[in-house]
Amino acid sequence: MASSNVHRAIEALWRIESASIIATVARMVGDLGTAEDLVQEAFMAAIERWSQAGLPEKPGAWLMTAAKNRAIDLLRRNKLLGEKHQELAAQLHTEQAIAVAETAEAFAGHMDGTIEDDLLRLIFTACHPVLSTEAQTALTLRLLGGLSTQEIAHAFLVPEATVAQRIVRAKRTLAAANVPFQLPHTSQLAPRLSAVLRVIYLIFNEGYAATSGQDWMRPSLCEEALRLGRILAELLPQESEIHGLVALMELQASRMRARVGPTGEPILLLDQDRTRWDYLLVQRGLARLERAASLGNAFGQYAIQAAIAACHARARLPEETDWQQIAALYDALAQLLPSPVVELNRAVAVAMAFGPAAGLELVEDLMQEQSLANYHLLPSVRGDLLAKLGRLPEARAEFERAAALTQNQREQQLLLARAAECE
Amino acid sequence: MRCMLLMKATPESETGVMPGPEIFAAMDEFNGTMIKAGVMLGGEGLFPSSAGARVHFGTGKPVVVDGPFAETKELLAGYWILQVKSLEEAIEWASRCPGCDGDTEFQIEVRRIYDLADFPQEAIDAIPNEREWLAQQQAQNTSGNTL
Repeated sequence: MASSNVHRAIEALWRIESASIIATVARMVGDLGTAEDLVQEAFMAAIERWSQAGLPEKPGAWLMTAAKNRAIDLLRRNKLLGEKHQELAAQLHTEQAIAVAETAEAFAGHMDGTIEDDLLRLIFTACHPVLSTEAQTALTLRLLGGLSTQEIAHAFLVPEATVAQRIVRAKRTLAAANVPFQLPHTSQLAPRLSAVLRVIYLIFNEGYAATSGQDWMRPSLCEEALRLGRILAELLPQESEIHGLVALMELQASRMRARVGPTGEPILLLDQDRTRWDYLLVQRGLARLERAASLGNAFGQYAIQAAIAACHARARLPEETDWQQIAALYDALAQLLPSPVVELNRAVAVAMAFGPAAGLELVEDLMQEQSLANYHLLPSVRGDLLAKLGRLPEARAEFERAAALTQNQREQQLLLARAAECE
Repeated sequence: MRCMLLMKATPESETGVMPGPEIFAAMDEFNGTMIKAGVMLGGEGLFPSSAGARVHFGTGKPVVVDGPFAETKELLAGYWILQVKSLEEAIEWASRCPGCDGDTEFQIEVRRIYDLADFPQEAIDAIPNEREWLAQQQAQNTSGNTL
């Protein structure tokens, strides 16, 4: 078999199988870094062997067995070493793993139906709270997404060495903190899951914020986040918030092509050409949101945001938007996640639903908010509502203030033009 | 990227006789793996060509020819749509398709689907109505099937 074929197959197999194999081996050896090294060794061995002998019938199973054999060898070596050095033998998890690994039946039994649990352990460990957000993101993309260090570096516009460093340090941090390769305790599941969802959404936004589309890797981060979301949704199908997040990402991704103009300028939601939305993704997002709703739990922050996005997605024309529903959803979001920015969005929705005076009343409450003091959207929204109420001199002052606060030149021009209209 | 796996017909699939439950089960396991891997976007099976027709274009009016059609190996029997990172990944998934009844030869063709991003801007601007309509048809057609 030509070695280029083997390399291509290996690349695809890494993408498809590496997360499951790393997860299984990590459960055996109790350490993520060691697990990844062992699995990489198994893949290297596969390249060598398959280049001579051709691909086996079930390459995925071959790789899993090869990696597990390496893990067993390591555990045995550690045990021998442990007999010489008491302190090594004291590592309880090594003993346990050997006890499990040494009988074939026990081993087979241990394999059955646990791939899902192992993958979950991998996800929760990669997003463990002892790690920084950057480390969580890099580890998740590397270990679960099967992306190379180079691909991650490209996507985040940082040098490859930086990402490599982050991953090495993350593994060290996990080892140093003695983080067990385990599922979170039931009482910890909610906060730990929300950390995982945060990482996935962060990956999505990193791709979504890249508007130029010239670097193929950045928009494909959105696809990567969607894939991770779908995997997680299959692993924990009863968690409605996961479906909510997938729905939110699908609905946002559906507007990808409409949100940037020909010269790269951002186009606001209400000004977008809706025929340029991807309706395939819209349908998938709406269906996913229904699935979240069918589980009967109260919506969390992602499902609520997805429901807001769905209100926009269902409107063929901006005038058809159900602003009352959106205002109610922002109200729910504000209670769940009190934040001045959410309040400002709620004010906009209320103004659209019930008139500018009602919206302005809510905006006035935010004027003393310290965290919004330099946020250009506050005077921008206030200016817009004042202009609609015919209070032009005040509106003009607000547009000018907003223009002074924004860093974005295009936005600045737009705001100054609106100020000039208030003459 | 999205890829389509095109399952070609066999003499058996062209008879229209439903495969046995063990084949459905094997196919379900294959599909389940792809769903769990987050790659499966949709897929469906097709009736035999005897239940179909071809519309031939040339000079003059289109001519309709009813099935069945010969050249079985070139006919379609079903398809999957996958979201993958590379063509190689799609090929790897295709090669895991269960062998149906074991002793029948069949092929799966792996093709890349154009995304809107692959079209030049002029082309996209030229097709607002068709694009939206087609996408909705597709969404309705690809939801809620198992085989």
